[in-house]
Amino acid sequence: MSSLIDFRTCPTTGLKVDRAAEKLIKANAVAAVVFLAIGGLFGLLVALTRWPAVHFLPADMFYLALTAHGLDVLLVWIIFFEMAVLYFASAILLNSRLAGPKWAWTGFGLMLSGALITNVAVLQGQSSVMFTSYVPMMAEPPFYLGIILFAVGALIGCGVFFGTLVVAKREKTYEGSVPLVTFGALTAAIIAVFTIASGAIILIPTLLWSLGLVSHIDPIIYKTIWWAMGHSSQQINVSAHVAVWYAIAAMVFGAKPLSEKVSRTAFLMYILFLQLASAHHMLVEPGFSSEWKIFNTSYAMYLAVLGSMVHGMTVPGSIEAAQRARGLTKGMFEWLRKAPWGNPAFAGMFMSLVFFGFIGGISGVVMGTEQINLIMHNTLYVPGHFHGTVVAGTTLAFMAITYILVPLIFRRELVLRKLATWQPYVFGIGVAGISVFMMGAGTLGVARRHWDMTFADAILPFDYPSAAFLMMGLNGIFAVMAALGGLMYVVIVVGSVFFGRKLAEDEKPSYPEVPPDSAAVGHYGSSESLKIPGTAFLVGIFFVAFVLYYFVNWKYLSEIWPLS
Amino acid sequence: MAITPPSERIWWRQPIARIELIWIIIAFTWGLIMFFMMIYWHGAGEQNLSNEAYQIKPQVFAKHAQDMIDEYQVREESGFPVVHPPPGSDVYLIARLWQWWPILELEKDQSYRLHLSSMDWQHGFSLQPVNINVQVHPGYEMVITVRPDRAGEFGVVCNEFCGIGHHMMVGKIYVVE
Repeated sequence: MSSLIDFRTCPTTGLKVDRAAEKLIKANAVAAVVFLAIGGLFGLLVALTRWPAVHFLPADMFYLALTAHGLDVLLVWIIFFEMAVLYFASAILLNSRLAGPKWAWTGFGLMLSGALITNVAVLQGQSSVMFTSYVPMMAEPPFYLGIILFAVGALIGCGVFFGTLVVAKREKTYEGSVPLVTFGALTAAIIAVFTIASGAIILIPTLLWSLGLVSHIDPIIYKTIWWAMGHSSQQINVSAHVAVWYAIAAMVFGAKPLSEKVSRTAFLMYILFLQLASAHHMLVEPGFSSEWKIFNTSYAMYLAVLGSMVHGMTVPGSIEAAQRARGLTKGMFEWLRKAPWGNPAFAGMFMSLVFFGFIGGISGVVMGTEQINLIMHNTLYVPGHFHGTVVAGTTLAFMAITYILVPLIFRRELVLRKLATWQPYVFGIGVAGISVFMMGAGTLGVARRHWDMTFADAILPFDYPSAAFLMMGLNGIFAVMAALGGLMYVVIVVGSVFFGRKLAEDEKPSYPEVPPDSAAVGHYGSSESLKIPGTAFLVGIFFVAFVLYYFVNWKYLSEIWPLS
Repeated sequence: MAITPPSERIWWRQPIARIELIWIIIAFTWGLIMFFMMIYWHGAGEQNLSNEAYQIKPQVFAKHAQDMIDEYQVREESGFPVVHPPPGSDVYLIARLWQWWPILELEKDQSYRLHLSSMDWQHGFSLQPVNINVQVHPGYEMVITVRPDRAGEFGVVCNEFCGIGHHMMVGKIYVVE
């Protein structure tokens, strides 16, 4: 069978590359970038409207743009890119053919048509129900239909991924266990199956309800199951972007995981506990017991958070160990100072790691605390948090690995390299600003998903503090910066894919530089020799920030009206 | 490397470095502290959301609210009745497109049983500038015991998107000495 498959040999890695898999990776990556551009543009419009001095869109267009923004970036961009990651982590890294490329194309077609159907429904203006589409607010039937088709397509993609793992195992295309990155992708795919099933369970009845065939959908049941999709799908992202961190550390530094056992167990924690997160959205809803909330919102005593905290040490730790093995041993931070900060793959990956931990991670745990959620629920703190996780974390990581994948998979030299050097900084710092200032505004009480924070049209007046207006102005400025960074990314990627110099069949790309994989970092895993003082110091700073910020918010909580 | 199969076939037998182990223990312990902090606050803290909730038909809830308004209305403001119910009583706040109805006038340091429910879509009760945020569903009635601890005029913003008039949905609660 495998003799009929069309392979080429990658000149950089020596891996066999199934051309069918390669085409699918390209198609999914291109679709992803197109929807990132569309969704990003809507995001800019939203931010310009929430910038009090600009207040760009009228109310109806604002809610339309916000619905489209959430849908196109949170769902479409990320899942398309994740499909590319799944095919890469299976067929390419395992040296194998892709199982059922026809199925993969069917999945791709369903995802693409689903995304288009839902986008058209939103643009027609009768489905401005936000990405969450909470019942009993009703969208037009195509809105739900498109999401369902998209989800089915993604499910097929996961099936192709699982199939490829089976094929690779049976055809013995690799020795021993799958690589850690593939293991992380497997984690993402398993969570995706759970997620998509939850989406189907709730969105199919909701579609029937919007068609008039079902009379009533309970809003609390809807919300609980919807978030089993909505939040768990963010855990797909976490698994996928952590896998991408490990991949970039390996590709740029030849880094070896400190301990396969620890890193794989941390991924396993995600599979076992992340699904509980729909509770994060139900902490101030009627009808749930405190026991249910506490157990679920903490992912069963924070065991999934433990997984992320472990990755937070092992990823930079493996980079530090690799750098020290190369002789960058001076002081605590020579390894980091002399890291290739001009390589956008590394710069993007490292910022993704730092911002995900410090901004997205800490704020998520704090906000997901049963009682503290009272002072944050549905304020701008919430989008502040998830722009820290999904944009500064996932999107930035995905952008970073694109710089490696374009030369390897599209076989084109990267164009506009000076611009590429700057891109992760412009985008990353822009998004970090968005997150921080939205969290600031949320702490001051500003509502999310709200067109007019001055309440000019309200019968009863209310004024937010002036600091909140300052926060929203700064948010607008950083959003413009992030949008610029996003535009730079799209220009570089599209430019390279269409106009980059074609690489010859056996030519290695010259940029970004990837070290020879024979680098001497094979054996630092043993417990006697491992020295990562710089990472330990950084992790220490993270821990102190986490503890302080956590208790500061309990202090804030203790100042509100007594409730029971 | 993370992109190649583990170099040691029996990778699960490899020892874990001490520094990793220390961090795992610290992170695990911190998780337990955060977990028990939530339970601790139920005993020691004053800000815990009640678990009391009922299913209720919107018209029944509206009737309860109207009965309260009829009995305790003290004045009118911009078309909204202002209600001053006695301390300790059940007070009702209707969420509907796009109003919080009526305006409540409460007394400082007195407890009230605040009932919240929606007549139509979901709404978000966001008491400002105190910053208490609770989701309000149609068909469900949530009962929270509140004890306002400072006097003044408070806004009730809607912070769950509820259609085109969402940004006009502002209510008011007075707390008097």
